[in-house]
Amino acid sequence: MKNPIENLNKVFDSRIRMGVMSILIVNEEVSFNDLKQMLDVTDGNLASHMVNLEENGFIKVHKGFIGRKTNTTYSITRAGEKAFKDHIEALENMIRGMK
Amino acid sequence: MDSQHPPLETLQDIKRIMERSSRFISLSGWSGISAGVCALLGAWAGHSRIASYLQTVRGSSYYRGETATVSDSATALMQDLVIIAAITFITAFISAFLFTWARSRKNGTPLWDPIVQRLAWNTILPMVIGGLVLVRAMQWGYFELVAPGCLIFYGLALVNASKYTLGEIRYLGYGQLILGIINLWAIGGGLYFWAAGFGLLHILYGVIMWWKYERRP
Repeated sequence: MKNPIENLNKVFDSRIRMGVMSILIVNEEVSFNDLKQMLDVTDGNLASHMVNLEENGFIKVHKGFIGRKTNTTYSITRAGEKAFKDHIEALENMIRGMK
Repeated sequence: MDSQHPPLETLQDIKRIMERSSRFISLSGWSGISAGVCALLGAWAGHSRIASYLQTVRGSSYYRGETATVSDSATALMQDLVIIAAITFITAFISAFLFTWARSRKNGTPLWDPIVQRLAWNTILPMVIGGLVLVRAMQWGYFELVAPGCLIFYGLALVNASKYTLGEIRYLGYGQLILGIINLWAIGGGLYFWAAGFGLLHILYGVIMWWKYERRP
């Protein structure tokens, strides 16, 4: 039998990255500030996780402005959606395996 | 995956974050109950005002040609009914808001964020458009359409809102729509349909929601 844990995606081990993906999968576009507020994390902490997710090709960054202030928003990519759904499926399989 | 975060807990976290980030989950069942009670009181006030008007008309010297008094008291009746409706709406809204505000404080969810803004916009839009239509209907003298119109536009607003808050509110919307449409063919029973929709259905919905989400076992 295959080891069920091998299907889990290492990227989503982090609670914050898992949280970001959970939000982006049900919301078309979310700003950095809203993510920060919903996950209750600091700027620097969130920013490093966002870079990681972007480098993996799981999220898209949109840089815009509201007046003179920068307004960065994020959305999920096809690859990100698939990776996150596979991750959830792997978690579900682990639960089934434990029963 | 480390042992601190077992898969079941992680899945529950994912589900919770998904819900929190896309739906306003602090709508309280008590809001439905209080709005329903306000609506029933309002319907009762309207009913007694109409009854007293009918008494005036019957008791007046209408047959002796004093028609002016009758049309005066009809205008006064309409004015009073609009005032009763406005007071009912405001008290229902404030009481519903207070219970939801209390629950969102307890849950620690913000009361004004993008999710709430989206919910508010999608609820208010059909209601404002409906209100406009009904104001015009009244100006043209189609008073019979007010009760079914209120129910129908409110029902549409609820169905629309159900995507952004607890999904069960959709069934409250369907209930209002059914009552409103039946009322269109039972013109004249408006106040009873109004009381059933805004009063009884709200209370029923509120009790069910409270039972499902807020009851302490």
